[in-house]
Amino acid sequence: MTEHNDSLATDNALLVEGIDTVQRSNARIAWSKFRRHRLAMISAVVLLVLTVLCMAAPIVAPYEFDAIDLANIRQRPNAVHLLGTDALGRDLFTRLLFGGRISITIGLTSAFIGTLIGTLVGATAGYYGGRIDNLLMRLTDLAYSIPTLPLMIVLGAYADTQVLGLMLIIGFFSWMSTARVVRGAILAVKQNDYVTAAHALGAGDRAVVLRHIIPNVFNSIVVGATLGVGDAIIVESSLSFLGLGVSPPIPTWGNMLMDSQATMASEPWLTIFPGMAILITVLCVNFMGDGLQDALDPTL
Amino acid sequence: MGRYVIRRILQMIPLLIGISIVIFAIIQAAPGGPEGTLLDRGMFVDPAAIDAYRARLGVDQPVYVQYLKWVGAMLSGDLGISFQTQRPVLDMIAERLPDTLRLMGVAFVVATVLAIPLGVFSAVRQYSAFDYTATAFSFVAIAMPVFWFGLMLQFIFSVRLQWLPVAGTVTVGVDTFGDRLRHIIMPATVLALHYIAGWSRYMRSSMLGVLRQDYVRTAYAKGLTRRTVIAIHALKNASIPVVSVMTLSIAKLFSGAVITETIFGWPGIGRLFIQSMHARDYPMLMGIMMMGSFMVVAFNLVADVVYGFLDPRISYD
Repeated sequence: MTEHNDSLATDNALLVEGIDTVQRSNARIAWSKFRRHRLAMISAVVLLVLTVLCMAAPIVAPYEFDAIDLANIRQRPNAVHLLGTDALGRDLFTRLLFGGRISITIGLTSAFIGTLIGTLVGATAGYYGGRIDNLLMRLTDLAYSIPTLPLMIVLGAYADTQVLGLMLIIGFFSWMSTARVVRGAILAVKQNDYVTAAHALGAGDRAVVLRHIIPNVFNSIVVGATLGVGDAIIVESSLSFLGLGVSPPIPTWGNMLMDSQATMASEPWLTIFPGMAILITVLCVNFMGDGLQDALDPTL
Repeated sequence: MGRYVIRRILQMIPLLIGISIVIFAIIQAAPGGPEGTLLDRGMFVDPAAIDAYRARLGVDQPVYVQYLKWVGAMLSGDLGISFQTQRPVLDMIAERLPDTLRLMGVAFVVATVLAIPLGVFSAVRQYSAFDYTATAFSFVAIAMPVFWFGLMLQFIFSVRLQWLPVAGTVTVGVDTFGDRLRHIIMPATVLALHYIAGWSRYMRSSMLGVLRQDYVRTAYAKGLTRRTVIAIHALKNASIPVVSVMTLSIAKLFSGAVITETIFGWPGIGRLFIQSMHARDYPMLMGIMMMGSFMVVAFNLVADVVYGFLDPRISYD
C-alpha cells in the first residue's frame, strides 16, 4: 500500500513541477535499471565478447581447430600457443573458441526450445484452467518425476547425437519449471480487473493472453530462459563428458574435458581451461539472470 | 492428515503408470535390440541364433505384451533379468545400493552441516563481508560443472598433494574406517556442492523473512539474548521450508550420483547405470530409472507431509 502511495506521490510531484515527462517505455526503464546492476552489466559484456569471439572462431582463431602439429605436442601455455597444445599438437585456445561456438549455440537453442514449450504449456494451463489445466499439470508432474539426467543419457546414447539432436533432447526436457512458473504467474495476473475489462471489450482469448497477460509474466519467462542457457551448457558438457554428446573431432567444452581426463596429471592445462570456460560462461549467464530479474520486476 | 496421505498415495498411481509408459516407450524406441552389443563387437552371429537370443529375452513379442509383462512382474517385486549378466535386476541393484546410499548419506550430512550455518550467519549478518563471501561462493558453486569440480579435486588432492586416493571405495587389503573415510571425502564433497550452495541460499532468505517478524521483536523486547532468539525462536520457523526443500533434494541426489560415481569409480547405482547404458541392458536401465522416478514421487509426498507436520498453520483435509 505504501509503495502505491509513494508512486502516486512521485507522479504528482512530476506533474506539479512540470518536468518534461517523456514517456519511457518499459524496455528503457528495464535497461536503465539493468545498467545500474554492476555485476550483471560486467557479465553481459563478458558474455558478449565471449560469444562474438567464439562465433567468429574461424576468423579470429590463430589455428585450425583440427590442425595437427606433431612437432609441438603437449606444449605448456606459452607465447605461441596461449593456452598450450594437446597430445596431437592442436592449439587449445583455438579449440576452446570452436568448442564454445557449439556449447553456446546448444545452450541458447535448448533454452529457447525449453522456454517456448514451457511458456505454451504453462500459459494454456493457467489461462484455461479446469480440465486442460489438470491434464497439462499432471503431464508436467510426470516429466518432472523422471530423473532428467539418466533420461537424457539414454536418449543421447542411442540417438547417435550430434549438435542438433543434443539441442532437441536438452530442450525437450527442460520446460517443466518454466511451465509451472508461467502457469502460476498467469493464475495471479488473470484475477486482475484489466483482464476482465479486456474480455468485456470483446478481446478474444489470444489477444488477452498475448497483449495483456504475457507482458506481465514476461519477466519470469526471460529470467527463466536466461538461467536455462546456463543449465543447458552444463548439461551439454556433462553429456559430452560421459561420452554421450557431440563426438570428436568437433570440439565442445564437454568432450574436450572428457579427452583431457586421462592426461590430467601430466597436462593439467587441458583440463583446467575448458572447465574455466564453462564456469565463467555459466557464472556470467547467472549474474545476468539476476540482474534481469531486478530490472524486469515492475514492483521494484 | 491420514485421509490426505491416502488421497496423495492414490494420486501417485496414475502418475507412476504414466512414468512407466514413458520409460518403457523410450527404451523400446532404442534402435538395435540387445543383440546389438554382439554385433557391435564385430562378431559373426547366425541370424537363427539372434532370433533364439531375442526369444529367450522375450523381446520378440508384441510391445504391449512386453509392457504388461514388465509392469506385472514389477508389481510383484520383479524388475526382470539383466541382459548383461542374466541375473535379476533387483538383486544387482540391491548389491550396488549400499555404496550409493553411503555416498548420498555422507553428502547429505556434509551439505546440511555446512549449508544451515552458512545460511543462518549470512542472514544474521546481512550485507557483511561474510554474507558477500557466502553469496559469491554460492554463485560459483552453482555455475560449476560437477564433473569438472571432481576432476579439479582429483588433480589437487590426489595428483599433486597425494593426500587422498583418486578413486574407489577402499584400498584393497587395508579396509579400515579411516581408509574408507579418505575415499569418500572427495566424492561426497562433489555430490554435496550444489546442495550446500542451494540450501544455504534458501536458509538465508527464509531466515531473513523470519527475523523481520513481530514475534522475534517481542522475544528481543522480553530481554532474551540474540543467541537465544536466533537459535531457538527464529531458526525453528525458518527451517520449515528448508527441510521441505532438503527432502525434495534427496531424490535428486540420485541423478547427481551418476556423474560423481563415474568420476570417482564408485561402484554404486550411478555407475551401474552407465555400464548398462553401454551394454544396452534395457531391463537394467528401465529398473534403475523406474526406481529413480519412484524416489522422486515418494519424496514429493514425504516433503508435503513433513511440511504439514512442522508447520501448524497448514492443515490438510
